[in-house]
Amino acid sequence: MIGNERLAVRKTYKLYLGGAFPRSESGRTYEVTDSKGAFLANAAWASRKDARDAVVAARGAFAKWSGATAYNRGQVLYRVAEVMEGRHVQFCEEVAAGEGLSQSKARAAVDAAIDRWVWYAGWTDKLAAVLGSANPVAGPYFDFSLPEPTGVVAVLAPQRSSLLGLVSVLAPVLASGNTAVVVTSKERPLPAVTLGEVLATSDVPGGVVNLLTGDAGELGPWLAEHDDVDAIDLTGAPPARAMEFEREAAGSIKRVLRPPATEPDWSADPGLTRMRAFLETKTVWHPKGF
Amino acid sequence: MTHVLDPDALTADTPPRREPPSPYADVTRSESAFRAFLHGLPGVDQVGASSRVAMLGTRSIKTTSKAWAIDTAISMVDLTTLEGADTPGKVRSLAAKARRPDPSDPGCPPVAAVCVYGDLAGIAKEALTGTGINVAAVATAFPSGRASLAVKLADVREAVANGADEIDMVIDRGAFLSGRYLDVYDEIVAVKEACGDAHLKVILETGELVTLDAVRRASWLAMLAGGDFIKTSTGKVSPAATLPVCLVMLEAVRDFRAATGRQVGVKPAGGIRTTKDAIKHLVLVNETAGPDWLTPDWFRLGASSLLNDLLLQRQKLRTGHYSGPDHVSVD
Repeated sequence: MIGNERLAVRKTYKLYLGGAFPRSESGRTYEVTDSKGAFLANAAWASRKDARDAVVAARGAFAKWSGATAYNRGQVLYRVAEVMEGRHVQFCEEVAAGEGLSQSKARAAVDAAIDRWVWYAGWTDKLAAVLGSANPVAGPYFDFSLPEPTGVVAVLAPQRSSLLGLVSVLAPVLASGNTAVVVTSKERPLPAVTLGEVLATSDVPGGVVNLLTGDAGELGPWLAEHDDVDAIDLTGAPPARAMEFEREAAGSIKRVLRPPATEPDWSADPGLTRMRAFLETKTVWHPKGF
Repeated sequence: MTHVLDPDALTADTPPRREPPSPYADVTRSESAFRAFLHGLPGVDQVGASSRVAMLGTRSIKTTSKAWAIDTAISMVDLTTLEGADTPGKVRSLAAKARRPDPSDPGCPPVAAVCVYGDLAGIAKEALTGTGINVAAVATAFPSGRASLAVKLADVREAVANGADEIDMVIDRGAFLSGRYLDVYDEIVAVKEACGDAHLKVILETGELVTLDAVRRASWLAMLAGGDFIKTSTGKVSPAATLPVCLVMLEAVRDFRAATGRQVGVKPAGGIRTTKDAIKHLVLVNETAGPDWLTPDWFRLGASSLLNDLLLQRQKLRTGHYSGPDHVSVD
C-alpha cells in the first residue's frame, strides 16, 4: 500500500558558468555528504574543459566589470548581500550540515559571511583613494598612481570554511574589478552552489563569477598554467602541491597568492591584503596647464 | 519575310545558351524543362539531415587526428575581411597573417586564400605574390546581388583585372525564389565567362533559401552553370553556414561528380567560429563527399575569427596548456 509520505526531491546541482547553470562538460557528478556521511545532494564534478570555458567567460566579462564605475560595482555587491540575506535560512542549513556546526554557530558563520560581503562592497569606491596616490615630483607635471584590477583571477577556495571562507576569498577579487574562476570546496560545495544562485539573481553580469564544484588538485594545474589567467589564489590548493602550482604559474608570469600554512580563522579582520594582491598600479604623468 | 512577333526572329542574334555538361545538356532548353529538372531532384528529408549531422557531430577527434584536423582546417581557411571599414592597411596585415598564421611556430601551415572586396584585391595580390596563397574577391554587387547584369560583370572584370584568383559571386535570390531559374543560370554562365581563368565560387545564400530542397536545387543549378565551388553564404545573413545545409551541398557535389565526372568544391562560410565546428565540418566532408574533397582545392572554410581559435587549439596541443587571446593577433 502506498503511504502518504512525500518523496524527497534529491537535487543534482550544476556549475555556475558564464551566468548560466550548465552540467559539467564531462558529464561527471559526485555525491555530497554531510559531516556525518549522510547523503545531501549530487554536485557537478568540473573538468579541465569546464575550467577552460570558465576562463573564456571570465575574460569576456572583464571589460564590462572592470569598466563599471566603482560606485556601480559597490551597488551590485550590496545587492548580492541583500539577496544572500534572503537565503539566510538555506545558507545556515547547508553550512551546519557540511561543516558539522551547531545551528547557532552556523548562523554566526552566515552572518559573518554576509557582513564580510557588505564590508568589501563598501571598499569598491575607496580603494583608489587609499591605495592610489598623487606623487610629488620635481617637474612641470602631475604624477598619479592608480590601482587597476589584474584581470581574470583563478581562486582555489578554502576547503574547510565553505561560506565565510569562500566569501572572504571571492569578494576582495570582485571588489577591485577582477573577474573570477572559483574552484569551490570539494567536500562542502553546497553553500557555493547557493551563492551561485544568489549571484545569478543579483545584477552581477554573467561571467564575472564562475563557480566550479570539483577538485582543486585536478583543476589547479590547468588554471595555474593557463595563459589567459592573470592571477591565482592558492588558498584551497592541496598543501603538498601548492609549490608545484606556483611553479606552473610562473610560465605565464601570474600573480600568485600563496596559501597560509593552515586554513586561517576567517572571522578575523581581513585587512587589505587580499584586495591588494590582485591590483596593478598604473602611474600616469599629466602636464600642468598654463 | 518574318513577322516581328516571330520568336525565332527575336532570338536570332542572341548567342545560344551554353549547355550544361552531359548527361544534362538538354535540361536548360526551356524554362519549364529546367524547372521540371530542378523540381524533379529528390526531396531532402530535413529531420533525417539534422539527425545525421547531429550523429556525425558526436565523433570524437583526439590527439594526432586532432592535430591533423587543425592543420588541415587552417590550410582550408579563406581568411576573410568584408567590412565597409576595410583599408589597404588592414588587408596587408590580413595577408601577413595568412602567410604566417602563428609567428611563434614556423610549422603552422598558411591559409588557402585571402577574401576581400574587389577594389582591394590588388593590395592583397601584391602582398601575397609568390606565396601560393590565392586572392579571392567578392563581386556581382555583393552581398545583395541587386544590380544589373552589366554592373555585375563589370564588377567581376575589375576584380579579375586587380589580380583576383577566385571570384565569389552571389546568385540572384529574388529570381531563384520566384522560379526564374534560367535567369539565374544565364547570369552564372555570364559571370563564369567574365572570370576567365579565375575560379568561380557561387554563393547560394542558403539563409535566404529557407528550405533544404531549395538548397539542393540551387546547388545543382550552380554546378550545371559551371561554378567551380558552391558556397553557403555571404556571412551577412543569419543563419549562415549550418551543418545540415553543408550536408546537402556535399551530397550534391558528390552526386554531380558521379553523374558528369566534374568535381565541384564546397565552401561553408559565416558562423563557423570554433575549432569544434570546423572539425565537425571536416568529419561531414569525409563521410559525405569522401576524402577526395578533404583538400584546400575542394573544400574551404570562409571565416575570420575561426583562425584564431584554431591557432589557440594548436598552441594548446603543442604546449600542453591552455593559451589565451593575448597569444594570437587581433583581427
